[in-house]
Amino acid sequence: MQKVYITGAGIVSAAGFNTGENLASLRSSSSGIGRISFIDTIHADDIPVAEVKASNDSLREMAGISKKQHLSRTSLISLIAAREAIESAGIENTGEFPTGLISASTVGGMDNTEKFFKRFMHNNAAGRLRYVINHDVGDHTEKIAEAFGIRDHVSTISTACSSSANAILLAARMISNGFLGRVIAGGTDALTLFTINGFNSLMILDKRGCRPFDNDRNGLTLGEGAAYLVLESEEIVSATGKKPAGMITGYGNACDAYHQTASSPEGEGAVISMTRALEKAGIGPESIDYINAHGTGTKNNDLSEGKAVERVFGQRVPPVSSTKSLTGHTLGAAGAIEAVFSLLAIQNNSIWPNKELSAKMTELDFEPVSSLITGVTLKNVLSNSFGFGGNNTSLIFSKC
Amino acid sequence: MEAYINGVSAVSPQNTFSAGILPDTPVGYRDVRFLKSADPPWSEYLDPMVARRMSRIIKSGSCAALKALGSAEIKTPDAIITGTGFGCIEDTVRFLTTIYENDEKLLNPTPFIQSTHNTVGSSIALMLKCNNYNNTYGHRIFSFENALLDGLMLISEGEAKNVLAGGLDELTPEFFKITDRLGFWKKEKVDSLRLREYKTPGTIAGEGSTFFVLGKEKGLHCTTKITSVQTFFNTSGKGETEEWLKSFADSAGNRPEVLLLGINGDISNDSVYGNLQKKIFSSIPAAYYKHLSGEYWTSAAFALALADGIIREQRIPEIMRLDDLQYGNINRLLIYNQFHNRAHSLIMVSSC
Repeated sequence: MQKVYITGAGIVSAAGFNTGENLASLRSSSSGIGRISFIDTIHADDIPVAEVKASNDSLREMAGISKKQHLSRTSLISLIAAREAIESAGIENTGEFPTGLISASTVGGMDNTEKFFKRFMHNNAAGRLRYVINHDVGDHTEKIAEAFGIRDHVSTISTACSSSANAILLAARMISNGFLGRVIAGGTDALTLFTINGFNSLMILDKRGCRPFDNDRNGLTLGEGAAYLVLESEEIVSATGKKPAGMITGYGNACDAYHQTASSPEGEGAVISMTRALEKAGIGPESIDYINAHGTGTKNNDLSEGKAVERVFGQRVPPVSSTKSLTGHTLGAAGAIEAVFSLLAIQNNSIWPNKELSAKMTELDFEPVSSLITGVTLKNVLSNSFGFGGNNTSLIFSKC
Repeated sequence: MEAYINGVSAVSPQNTFSAGILPDTPVGYRDVRFLKSADPPWSEYLDPMVARRMSRIIKSGSCAALKALGSAEIKTPDAIITGTGFGCIEDTVRFLTTIYENDEKLLNPTPFIQSTHNTVGSSIALMLKCNNYNNTYGHRIFSFENALLDGLMLISEGEAKNVLAGGLDELTPEFFKITDRLGFWKKEKVDSLRLREYKTPGTIAGEGSTFFVLGKEKGLHCTTKITSVQTFFNTSGKGETEEWLKSFADSAGNRPEVLLLGINGDISNDSVYGNLQKKIFSSIPAAYYKHLSGEYWTSAAFALALADGIIREQRIPEIMRLDDLQYGNINRLLIYNQFHNRAHSLIMVSSC
């Protein structure tokens, strides 16, 4: 089995346009949650979101895309994050080694589709086609593949909120098996009217902004963003003399198989995904130094995930936090964004705080980390991502 | 990496769900621009209370999955992996429509919940109470191939002995209208079984749900194994596809005895196969299938079901043949599908 090294990372979120800006936000606990400004909705005043703080025109400029190309917002942010990841890995020519791209998304180009559909639904001959041709979840992946000349493996995963965690899991497996030497993996999702109304119809949006693991939590806050990691084999790392930023040592995927949207009360799927990740890494629970939780802020997720953490870690629960009060829940991008945050935690010897905590959950024994911890050596960080349909994935990031 | 095909089930515009996979009495559709799949008998497989809330693709996919598991005599697979190019379109359109019709107020969440691409894969897990590996791919023409590749990899990693893998896409009126405006489909109505004779641009739309049980060990009813799955995304638009295909064909054990091609009656699409066939696979008997299924992103899954049938019965049904070339034993069959000469995929199967 080949070791799986992380040699590059890129990120765009409400907390910043690159890794440096996101790191600064993590350190200062600056939340990107605020009023909706880029979507035309009746909910602008009552539902807060975590928007990437730029219009599509500015994003197009950042991505180096001409005005003639009507890419979806989902594609634009993915191109910016993927470029940062590839550049930070020092890759000038993707053709040098067999390279794959595994991306992920839940709604793809829905932000553009909405511009089309509003007219189309009344008259099937109406609506501008340029707004619907990028609808599918695979579209942004092909845009990245074209921009960087990636041909050996191109795929898109769509398992709701665990999508990009599964993209990273697949990439790690491919390198570990020797199927590919280098894979760029992550995911992207832009905010849309579709998802804002979808989660609102489920009545799981906290009108005050999310408060993960707080006793008084009342739902999640939607966000948008994109993030990618560059994963490389030991062979490529030694051939190029790179100094990797970290490793992926464990991964586990399980299905809760309890309900289409709700998690099981005892967190069965989460227990299995975390246990499988530990087994794959060949370590015991005591070796985990920090858990970056899925922690959406819904009553159901945080209770189920918290119970699962207690079942796996017993009386010795390591520091736990959810960073979603900074970035919002970025759906298909969440796993990749939190993978970058886990990597940054390892590189900066820091544990990111869980904001907006007023009272501990009565059902749980552990209390999440509420303020920044620095100067700690983190050998192994566990990151959880859980999705609709009970699609649960856990990843373990390790210091080199 | 390889895996045995231990169970197959296909919901398609043919009678594949209830009768055999090979089209001995092919269902032809006259004056059509698209083919709809024949609904399987839902009530034989699904709890009516559960089925009531499901869209067509969830019902078709679930029935195909359950029947494939039954045919392989497997109760709980070690993994459930689906591929779908466009996911659950019916529920997506339904939710989007009500957002605008109701001015974002008082929306029923069910179509939103069921709009995600992983709905079918997770519904199957829910029905089987299966906590094992579960993943869903949504990448246009590579969706099913990537699901298959994941399954083959799980088996080679020793993580799974039995994998349920499927490809599924649904055709809805909105999807047809939009893709029609984008120029995907023939403008004229056609006789589906004569699809290749029109020599005009565009093809006919289709849909289907096809599931397989892939095994590490050869099952009781198994005659076929998958020996290779390859994809190529030609970003340069240059002639590199030919090199890629040639290097595949030249490597040991990859010379097929039969080709199963994604020919769909669109003149520009079909010429891609024609050219490559002449250069790389001349004198190999070839067959096609999209006049039986219509064109959709995961039609390669239907092709794989047919390939399993061809190897099992050692014959190519007349309606599928593209030439009169003689063939003997069919031990190796290559499925080749492509989209716009940009995305190409190969699935190699062998008798076992």
